[in-house]
Amino acid sequence: MKPVWIITKRELRAFFDSLIAYIMITVFLGLSGFFTWLYGSDIFLLGQATLQPFFSVAYWTLFFFIPALTMKMLAEEKRSGTLELLLTKPVSDWQVLLGKFSASLLLIVIALALTIPYYITVSSIGPVDQGAVWCGYLGMILMSMSYIGIGLFASSITNNQIVAFLTALFIGMFFLIIFNVLANNFTGNLAQLFHFLSISTHYDSISRGVVDTKDIIYFVSIAFIGLTLAESVLSKRNIVEN
Amino acid sequence: MSIKVENLTKKYGTQRAIDNISFEVKEGEILGFLGPNGAGKTTTMKIITCFMAPSDGDVNVDGYSIHEHPDLIKKKIGYLPESNPLYHDMPVLEYLEFVAELQGVQKDQIKKRIVEMVRVCGLNIEKHKKIGELSKGYRQRVGLAQAMIHDPDILILDEPTTGLDPNQIVEIRKLIRELGREKTVILSTHILSEVEATCDRILIINKGKIVADGTPDSLRNKAQGQEILRVQILDASSKDEIISSLQSIETIGMVDPVQNNENTFVVNSKPEHSSRKDIFNLCVSKNWVLNEMSPIETKLEDIFRELTTD
Repeated sequence: MKPVWIITKRELRAFFDSLIAYIMITVFLGLSGFFTWLYGSDIFLLGQATLQPFFSVAYWTLFFFIPALTMKMLAEEKRSGTLELLLTKPVSDWQVLLGKFSASLLLIVIALALTIPYYITVSSIGPVDQGAVWCGYLGMILMSMSYIGIGLFASSITNNQIVAFLTALFIGMFFLIIFNVLANNFTGNLAQLFHFLSISTHYDSISRGVVDTKDIIYFVSIAFIGLTLAESVLSKRNIVEN
Repeated sequence: MSIKVENLTKKYGTQRAIDNISFEVKEGEILGFLGPNGAGKTTTMKIITCFMAPSDGDVNVDGYSIHEHPDLIKKKIGYLPESNPLYHDMPVLEYLEFVAELQGVQKDQIKKRIVEMVRVCGLNIEKHKKIGELSKGYRQRVGLAQAMIHDPDILILDEPTTGLDPNQIVEIRKLIRELGREKTVILSTHILSEVEATCDRILIINKGKIVADGTPDSLRNKAQGQEILRVQILDASSKDEIISSLQSIETIGMVDPVQNNENTFVVNSKPEHSSRKDIFNLCVSKNWVLNEMSPIETKLEDIFRELTTD
């Protein structure tokens, strides 16, 4: 496990050295703060002490931010050749992927942790549904895991960061919107399938304060499938043709 | 620590990048890998360093197979890839620390090793800069430093002197020679004088096959076969007289007058004969002045060209 941590440390440091981390955290806090306190259906309009406006904004901002974090992770290493150097050190493909995965997740957790003041402020205004808040955060982290898995897969299939970014958005779009739309347009088993595949189904139930293992398995398996696909793309160099 | 390559083949589609090659590198040997572009040098190195699996065959490093113990082998090898890829946004020292940790250098040893590498590779002035800010020569030194940070028994260097200025080239070659005393080194290059200056043994590879294997001297002898002399004779009455006299000597096979140069000839002796003495005696008896008689050495370049062109 040690190599995973070494890679995680390097990736995190790279986020902070290149300003990506600061920009992403500032914009994330700014956007979610703006919509939570000042504009649209903010908490003053709702007249309730709730973090629901924050979660519904973060739901969208993470969808755009995470592909921006993961897009360079493999694509850039492949383009510049540093991946070769990395994989000729005593580390496996999986350790590299897990290191990058956990670095991205840690950055998201840091960004989310910085929104705790929102929670403190809101709870000083009125009684807050504690369960809904903490489950909301848990839902954010689980959803981020899925997006990171998708993002790393998108980054593994190309040498171009922009292509990786757009591919991740494209795949994410299915889970975020398209499956939901399809679920409403079909009936029967097909509708149920699309309903199950849609992120909103699972996210909504968690953010209401209901933590079901089914939902956790859903998010974790998307992340796992993303990583597995990325691993198989990386290991293509080892394929023996006959 | 020895490397044993057995019947290695790598196919890309229908093309064979390397085709059933076998060779062995002994401990403490510096092996020069020579060949035109696309001959399969880099592919072979990528397989030895466990980056890529071969289509067929095996590599044994210190008795461990690349198929079964890649992690053990990776620890023993220091590798400098062809284009010297580095993280440009990392400072030099931070990067070396990262590589040392990945290579599993003991925590209390890491600082010592970094200091040692900075000294050996002459990185002291630039050590706090980001790698992206360094000149190509310094980046190459960082590449070498990261390859050697864990004091590996085997160094695999893919074109280690590209992009360096002549002074740096001399330094790096000296460094490789020093390292080669206790380590096994494989280096690839296009530069033939580099192989002569640094390597104990040369392996010439062309189209995925080994076409020559031996020390620089033994390769030269093999290619040479016969003695070739450049002779300049003065005071003779005519050019033709010299040619006919030379050709009458038993040990001489062929005489060619050198163009644009009066009285100079290229003399090919017959195989396994030397004609120097006879030429001298001829000049004495005819009262000619022997102004020049020098052997023409077959250059490594000629051997290389002969072996790698169709």
